[in-house]
Amino acid sequence: MTDTEQISTISRVSLEVNGVSREVEVEHRLTLADCLRHKLNLTGTHIGCEHGACGSCTVLVDKRARRSCLTLAVQVEGASILTVEGLAEPNGDLHPLQTAFHNNHGLQCGFCTPGLLMTLMEFLSENQDPTEDEVREAISGNLCRCTGYQSIVGSAIQAASILRQSR
Amino acid sequence: MDTLIGENRNRLEDFTLLRGQAIFLDDIKIPLMKECAFLRSPHPHALIKSIDLAPALKIPGVETIFLYDDIVSFFGTNQMPFDQGDFVAPKWSYPIILPQYEVCFVGEAIAMVVAENRYIAEDAVNAIRVDYEPLPAVSDCRDGLRNDSCFVHQSSNRNEIGSIIATYGDCDPCFNSELFSFSLSLKQHRGGAHPMEGRGVIASYDPKNKFMCVWSSTQKPHKLRNVLSELFQMEEEYVRVILPEVGGGFGAKAAIYPEELIVAFASRKLGCPLKWTEDRREHFLSAIQERDQYWSVEVAFDSNGILAAIRGTAIHDQGAYTLAEFNIPYNCAYAVPGPYIVPNYHMEVKVVETNKVATVPVRGAGFPEANFVMERIMDHIANDLGIDRAEIRRRNLIPVDRIPYEVPLKARDGKPMIYDSGDFIGCLDHALKVSSYQEFSSQQQAALAEGRYIGIGVSNMLKVTGRGPFEGGMVKISRTGTVTIATGAAAMGQGTKTFLATICATELGLCPSQIKVITGDTSLIMHGVGGFASRQAVTAGNAVHLASRQVRQKALLVSSHILERPADDLYLADGKVQDKKDSTINLPFSEISKACSGAKGYPLPDGVAPGLEKTVYFEPKNLAYANASHVAEVEVDTDTGYVSINKYLVINDSGRIINPVIVNGQIRGGVAHGIGNALLEWMGYDGDAQPVVTTFAEYLLPTSNDVPNIEIYHFPTLAKNPIGVKGVGEVGTICAAATVISAVENALRPFNVQISEAPISPERLVELIHQ
Ligand code: FES
Ligand code: FES
Repeated sequence: MTDTEQISTISRVSLEVNGVSREVEVEHRLTLADCLRHKLNLTGTHIGCEHGACGSCTVLVDKRARRSCLTLAVQVEGASILTVEGLAEPNGDLHPLQTAFHNNHGLQCGFCTPGLLMTLMEFLSENQDPTEDEVREAISGNLCRCTGYQSIVGSAIQAASILRQSR
Repeated sequence: MDTLIGENRNRLEDFTLLRGQAIFLDDIKIPLMKECAFLRSPHPHALIKSIDLAPALKIPGVETIFLYDDIVSFFGTNQMPFDQGDFVAPKWSYPIILPQYEVCFVGEAIAMVVAENRYIAEDAVNAIRVDYEPLPAVSDCRDGLRNDSCFVHQSSNRNEIGSIIATYGDCDPCFNSELFSFSLSLKQHRGGAHPMEGRGVIASYDPKNKFMCVWSSTQKPHKLRNVLSELFQMEEEYVRVILPEVGGGFGAKAAIYPEELIVAFASRKLGCPLKWTEDRREHFLSAIQERDQYWSVEVAFDSNGILAAIRGTAIHDQGAYTLAEFNIPYNCAYAVPGPYIVPNYHMEVKVVETNKVATVPVRGAGFPEANFVMERIMDHIANDLGIDRAEIRRRNLIPVDRIPYEVPLKARDGKPMIYDSGDFIGCLDHALKVSSYQEFSSQQQAALAEGRYIGIGVSNMLKVTGRGPFEGGMVKISRTGTVTIATGAAAMGQGTKTFLATICATELGLCPSQIKVITGDTSLIMHGVGGFASRQAVTAGNAVHLASRQVRQKALLVSSHILERPADDLYLADGKVQDKKDSTINLPFSEISKACSGAKGYPLPDGVAPGLEKTVYFEPKNLAYANASHVAEVEVDTDTGYVSINKYLVINDSGRIINPVIVNGQIRGGVAHGIGNALLEWMGYDGDAQPVVTTFAEYLLPTSNDVPNIEIYHFPTLAKNPIGVKGVGEVGTICAAATVISAVENALRPFNVQISEAPISPERLVELIHQ
């Protein structure tokens, strides 16, 4: 490549975020996490490590939990993304999983929480009546320094039972 | 009045966090804000021969790059402001803002790039060309003590920069007598703090108003304000530090760091807002850690296992700089006896520099290491004499009839060290009962018959909490009738807002959810100390309690004037002051507040000062000592060395409990941290002091599969402060490593394994099993 033949490093990406169609212009190297946080101002998705090990940045991409720090924004062209901001009802009512976290002291500093909520959203959609061990396994890729996890596991179990009743 | 204190209460903090609407440092958006990135030393010790910024400055979007010279020409100094306390570190150990020509640890900041965004700033960091001349480095603090060791700084003439001695009685005769004795060498390591949110700072200097506003993810907002005020020579009123939502601290954010000062300096220089957010790699390299200690102790005791003397030394890895006084070594030297009677004691902790990032307290602050030493000693005595491990502990614990108990040592504030409360034996007995400790050995026999190795461990701990000098609480009823609390206490996940609101609501007859709490905004309360040392429930809690009480009394006084009723006939409820017999006679808070702010020309009622508000700075007269007994049951896979913790139980005395939900959360998180220290967390360096652990793939934080359910029982005795509360933030951590390791050793008794180190990895356990 000569200086005159610059390949553009910027693309337009269309995606749906929390049910709303969005179009963003992104550098190819921009991570999905930074795109959500800094281009779309959805700062509920947190970055704890930027190397795929803590799970704080987890969002749902076409219903699958993905680490948005290891995903480039250009990779999600056409995808539908759900972030923590999209969990509550449009009228503001919390999702039962969020309510369960509140009722079970499932968060302390709350930094890991969005990633845990999104990981559990995927998990609970696949396993409606999980055992404690299954929950522990499901969240074992999400690090939390504050809680010791017990209250998070309790939150997930309670949310599962509430979600079952409402089905 | 019904007290709300002691009720289980879900937290007020949760809702914005759960919706993803809480504003952490990196979430703050300010128009025209630029971002910063740091060039950091890749060498443990080197001379900087030259720095070429040109290739970096050519990158589009790069604004400028700051170096040592810029700092010095602006501040006239390169020295970080430094609280020396009582311990004098040599000049070379004083922390600096940016190095001139010598770097002393991997991760030490050398230059700061300002650019349009972080991506470009990092491009520029990579483009800076530095010519280094590597120098020999000290990696292991034991090597640093050798005569032929190189030095950590070129200007050093020794690596041992201090020594802390805690001593009383006379140990030596105990070792020349009929008594039993043994010696013990222990290797301890605690890694980093690793809050899930790293550090970060935003500075916005307004050149027109000459006003500096700084947001920092810190545990000490007021300290940062004070440091900035001194460094920039700007009055406190012109420097405002605001604490955003903070994603955990655990000690990593209790220091003032060069990055905070450089970003503020650069904003002042450029006149635009600037942000730096730490990434995890930077946290591994440049946030404080607790790291290595090597202990050798000798213990004398009688045939009943009663302690006569403990003496010994420890070597503490201080890192390349001394950020504060020698607090970890101090705590280590003083905290070994803990809840036990040690008649004669002599401990020296040598503070040895290494070419690594500085060590400053991580959750527990030296108490976990001291506790590990003491609890290992207890197990050794038990094994030597063939007496049960819990029984040995009970024989040596301070009995309740000797409380208050004065340890023959002076606390750090120079006052006598007096355990004000606590029933240590009662706590232990309760632990043994609820854990069915006595029945364990038959289970163990049965498991062994099946080829399974299970073990039980018991430990006791004691931690000084509620350290002064003070914390403040401003409680105010505003013109809208709503109540606001402002405090210098720093909230970072401990439910601070909820417990302060609960204390205040009790006094003012409200629900906690009706009260707004603002933590760590220096413009709302002039003085503050911050969040560390399990201190905020004691200090800020009592401040808010006393301030709320005075606001209540004032509301009653003013209302009694206006309603023309005796104050005794009135009470506070539902945001009003009402007559006890006739609730139609009442005055809403908003009216009382307006009356206190005065009307032109009309005097305030007699004896009433302006404003329906009160600021109280609570200065604890005595420290509050919290204690706990822990029991763990483990199973060890002798082929793989894998340890599973099957049961964990805590009996805790943190005094009067304001909100059990929060207290239990603190204990569980604390135990999880201690489990990490027992089995997982290792901040590794090679022999040249090059870090070999810089990701969470290598540094194992406890996961949901590592931390068991933790059963908690409260065993409160009241502390001597108005609420009766003791701290809890670090209490879960302190004896967790000792408890788990005691249980592992117990499981491996058939192999005669003795564990003298923490953390212990599966590989190492297998090695010990086969020895
Ligand atoms: S930030 Fe993406 S996994 Fe840690
Ligand atoms: S709640 Fe703080 S990291 Fe999980």
